[in-house]
Amino acid sequence: MSDNQTIAGQTIIGLEVHVQLATKSKLFCGCATTFGAEPNTQTCPVCLGLPGSLPVLNERAIDLAVETGVALNCTIPDFTKWDRKQYFYPDLPKGYQTSQFDLPITEHGWLEIATEDDEPKRIRITRAHLEEDAGKSLHDESAGGGDSVIDLNRAGTPLLEIVSEPDLRSSAEARAYLTELRLLLTFLGVSDCNMQEGSLRVDANVNLHVEDPKAAGETAATPIVEIKNLNSFRAVERAIEYEASRQWREWQETGRRIGQAPKQTRGWDDSAEVTRAQREKEESADYRYFPCPDLAPVVVTADEVERVRAKMPELPAALRLRLQTDHGLSAYDADVITSAGREMADYFLAVATSGGDAKQAANWVTQHVSRVMNATGKTLAELALPAERLGGMIAKLVGGDLPSARARDVFDTMLEDGVDADAAMDKLGIAAVDESELVTICRELLDANPKIVADVQGGKQQAVGALIGQAKKKNPNADPGRVRAICLELIAES
Amino acid sequence: MADSPADLTAARLLERLNAGELTSVEATQACLDRVSATDDKVGAFLRTTPERALEQAAAVDRRRAAGEPLGALAGAPVAVKDVLCDEGELTTCASKMLADFRPPYDATVVARLKAADAVLIGRTNMDEFAMGGSTENSAFQKTHNPWDLERSPGGSSGGAAACVAAGQAPLSIGTDTGGSIRQPAALCGVVGLKPTYGRVSRYGLVAFASSLDQVGPLARSVEDVALLYDAIAGHDPRDTTSTNEPAEPTAPEVDRPLEGLRVGVVPEHYAEGLSDEVRQAVEKAIDGYREAGAETVEVHLPHAKHGVATYYVIAPSEASSNLARYDGVHYGYRTEPAAMHARLAAERKEATEAGDQAAADKIDTALVRLYRQSRSEALGPEVQRRIMLGAYALSAGYYDAYYKKALQVRRLIRQDYDRAFEKVDVIAGPVTAAPAFKLGELIDDPLAMYLVDLYTVTANLAGLPAISLPCGVSSAGLPIGLQLMAPPLEETRLLRAARMHEATHGPTAIAPLS
Amino acid sequence: MAIQRTDVERVALLARLEPTGEEIDRLSGELAAIVDYVDSLSAIDTAGVEPMVHAIEQTNVLRADEVRKSLPRDAALANAPLKSDSGFRVPAVLGD
Repeated sequence: MSDNQTIAGQTIIGLEVHVQLATKSKLFCGCATTFGAEPNTQTCPVCLGLPGSLPVLNERAIDLAVETGVALNCTIPDFTKWDRKQYFYPDLPKGYQTSQFDLPITEHGWLEIATEDDEPKRIRITRAHLEEDAGKSLHDESAGGGDSVIDLNRAGTPLLEIVSEPDLRSSAEARAYLTELRLLLTFLGVSDCNMQEGSLRVDANVNLHVEDPKAAGETAATPIVEIKNLNSFRAVERAIEYEASRQWREWQETGRRIGQAPKQTRGWDDSAEVTRAQREKEESADYRYFPCPDLAPVVVTADEVERVRAKMPELPAALRLRLQTDHGLSAYDADVITSAGREMADYFLAVATSGGDAKQAANWVTQHVSRVMNATGKTLAELALPAERLGGMIAKLVGGDLPSARARDVFDTMLEDGVDADAAMDKLGIAAVDESELVTICRELLDANPKIVADVQGGKQQAVGALIGQAKKKNPNADPGRVRAICLELIAES
Repeated sequence: MADSPADLTAARLLERLNAGELTSVEATQACLDRVSATDDKVGAFLRTTPERALEQAAAVDRRRAAGEPLGALAGAPVAVKDVLCDEGELTTCASKMLADFRPPYDATVVARLKAADAVLIGRTNMDEFAMGGSTENSAFQKTHNPWDLERSPGGSSGGAAACVAAGQAPLSIGTDTGGSIRQPAALCGVVGLKPTYGRVSRYGLVAFASSLDQVGPLARSVEDVALLYDAIAGHDPRDTTSTNEPAEPTAPEVDRPLEGLRVGVVPEHYAEGLSDEVRQAVEKAIDGYREAGAETVEVHLPHAKHGVATYYVIAPSEASSNLARYDGVHYGYRTEPAAMHARLAAERKEATEAGDQAAADKIDTALVRLYRQSRSEALGPEVQRRIMLGAYALSAGYYDAYYKKALQVRRLIRQDYDRAFEKVDVIAGPVTAAPAFKLGELIDDPLAMYLVDLYTVTANLAGLPAISLPCGVSSAGLPIGLQLMAPPLEETRLLRAARMHEATHGPTAIAPLS
Repeated sequence: MAIQRTDVERVALLARLEPTGEEIDRLSGELAAIVDYVDSLSAIDTAGVEPMVHAIEQTNVLRADEVRKSLPRDAALANAPLKSDSGFRVPAVLGD
């Protein structure tokens, strides 16, 4: 339970994000990485760790890691190698995890995030290194004796571990960082970042900087806690908040500082909403890293990095800017569209192009299309509304062929029937109202309502509003704006 | 035993098979008979596979009779060290840990032997996981030197060398991490080649020390070694430490003597510890080269004396990691769980009753205990010793002093060779300081056993090809070996130089086993 | 650097071995002798020498990202000392 006591200190957060790379096969063997296969059906001598088997590196994993590094403004060292991280666990069949220790494939970058005070903030990236995933331990009910059953389908899946500097200062910043990172990775297509399927996993390192009671004006740091088992962004936020409160209480009780206690690992219990201390490993994590003798180092030349840079797709930050400068969108709309993902952004751009009006396109995409997607749970592809159709509707709207009052009906009909704007308008019997017809209608209404004419002439322009409803009764396609304008013109002329 | 096809070298055997004077079934049966007759004394084989071997042989005979194209070793019996995976067949590494292990795949070397139509007659004994120099570390049986059954055949490929020396098989596959082909070849009086690191695929070779392990042939002639080497060498995309350089066939070349050969002689080889008999035999072999028109040149290998220390850091470090997979979870031996749980419960009860919380906290979890007990029960003392040594060398605070230091000295050793090979074509010297030692003589002194590797480990550390050739017999009638080394990838040169020695020294004999 | 019994116990746990008291004594002696011998390396000047990890020094040995056939589950589990229908069985991985 998070309590509401005030923490007189600053929360310091660094995040380790494990991202499953979007390769077809595993990092060191040809087994598929498909999620959800029957247990132990995607294994071979290599990922089972059978005696005699040897790893062969998947080149796609290197490409994806380099792309990510470039997108995160990292340097790509020209030499990177593989190390064995050694520990015993049943989901780790070789007794070591092939990883990268001192020479990661990419390091020293940054990612800019939006903050509450609207000032963008740069979060430094320490490093991002490649490693193989472990298998999964499942509890076995059938055995009756509390056994675990190991599934090695996931063993050997390529992961990129992206480690941030402790630059985050609140749970909200942590969420903003994760959101922006996920957006960037999906824009790059290097990972699907599906948390439910374990494609994105987060560990948080948290401690507090508090006022040092022994030295005025100085700060003291509490011992760092690594929180594991964070399965959603919400869990990350709650766990950080919980942990900050817990550390504050502990600091007040013990006054213990960093260095006076070893780094602790705590697991987040999502249902109880607390972190719990995990059993300390007896050997205090002496992983005995050493270079893997089975794998050759990888050299990435500056030319190769430049080629990746040149082919880099547009990233979220650039898209936000382009939507504002080239398409005249507000910062808010640009962010909503960008954050909805590359697919939605492309949809918007296609709608804007075929509709000829970016602001209208933003309006329809961010409000109506999103609303329908949320309500129906459908993806863009599943909505029977190609961008050209929505664009076509907007073109009619902008060109005056579709009265704005009827646009929503047309939109709904297009969706329901899977038809274009023309067909929807035909079905609804919508035709653009001829200007001369509108003038005739307005003149008749003014003649029939002398009181309103007198009110307007007396300065109460809003009195005209009462005529709009009557005009729509005479012709449902009558555009309210035009009715108002024509009526006012006629009164002024009279 | 006169006139048994088992007495033939593989080259002569293949000639007779091709001429239709002999069938593969006859040759295979002759080898199996020889095993039946002699292996209760020698103990070279952990098991033979007669049904499969005779089926393979019969199939080759049929195909030969039908005039179908055949592989290079068609019908020739080959013994394989029990450390290379053979799909569906026991592959034990002479360890209780893998006593029942049947791999679901073939090692590349085994697949290539099958593709060459070799007849796989059985699996030879070895030191457990190839760790040792006497084959006494096998969990299953001892192997005896066919020239003196009281003595060790050497190791770790002791079975591989002994079976060839005893005429049980003309060809045999061994592995060499620090001398494990060459040392037993020398002690058993046969020819054994450790190819350049990367020449022969390690895929399916159960790893001991990955950066040092190499598979190679043993036989009774240089020509046979060349034939078997040609069948297994070459790039393998499944082993990323395998070289892309094409392995040109060596067998057609071995009979061409090298013109203007420069043989390197290393004064450091003749330091204290080398027995007079070995020194004399090696010097005589070098004289033989001089008589054949070669020039001898003195070269220096100043760091070679650090080879054993370097090796006994690097090899155990890699081994401690490579053998972590034997944990009783996914395959291999697992301790009896009921007894394990009972013991744990008893320990907890004892600690609780004594009110000793500190002791209670130190008791392993069931999982940790499963690992520790399974590994301790199923791995032999030498394997455990090396795992401990390696885990120690890699543990926090020691990495730089031991592991990194050893890797640096390793490069200095390699650089010594690179410089030496600027002046000479091959380097000649002893394989071991003395002929075969008695079984049990060194088993209780690990360090003394390690020092036996003095002359052989440097080729593994540097990645060079090296061969052991019979070059004489001691007064006690024990074989003595000559070692030749060449620069990386120069197997053809090495085998041609080896053949020059063999031509003057004479053919290799089969141990009489009287 | 002398090897103590506590070193042997620490390393035995790291390596998941379980030497008995007697074996710890024996191993302490044996490992001490070996480590003592290996310590001779410390006298060698290796300043600026690049560690030699591989006996063959290649780089970028890669494979294309292509899916190959996996083993049938029966084959994957065939050597397991204890298994369920679907996987490898071990004592519970969490807790005692």
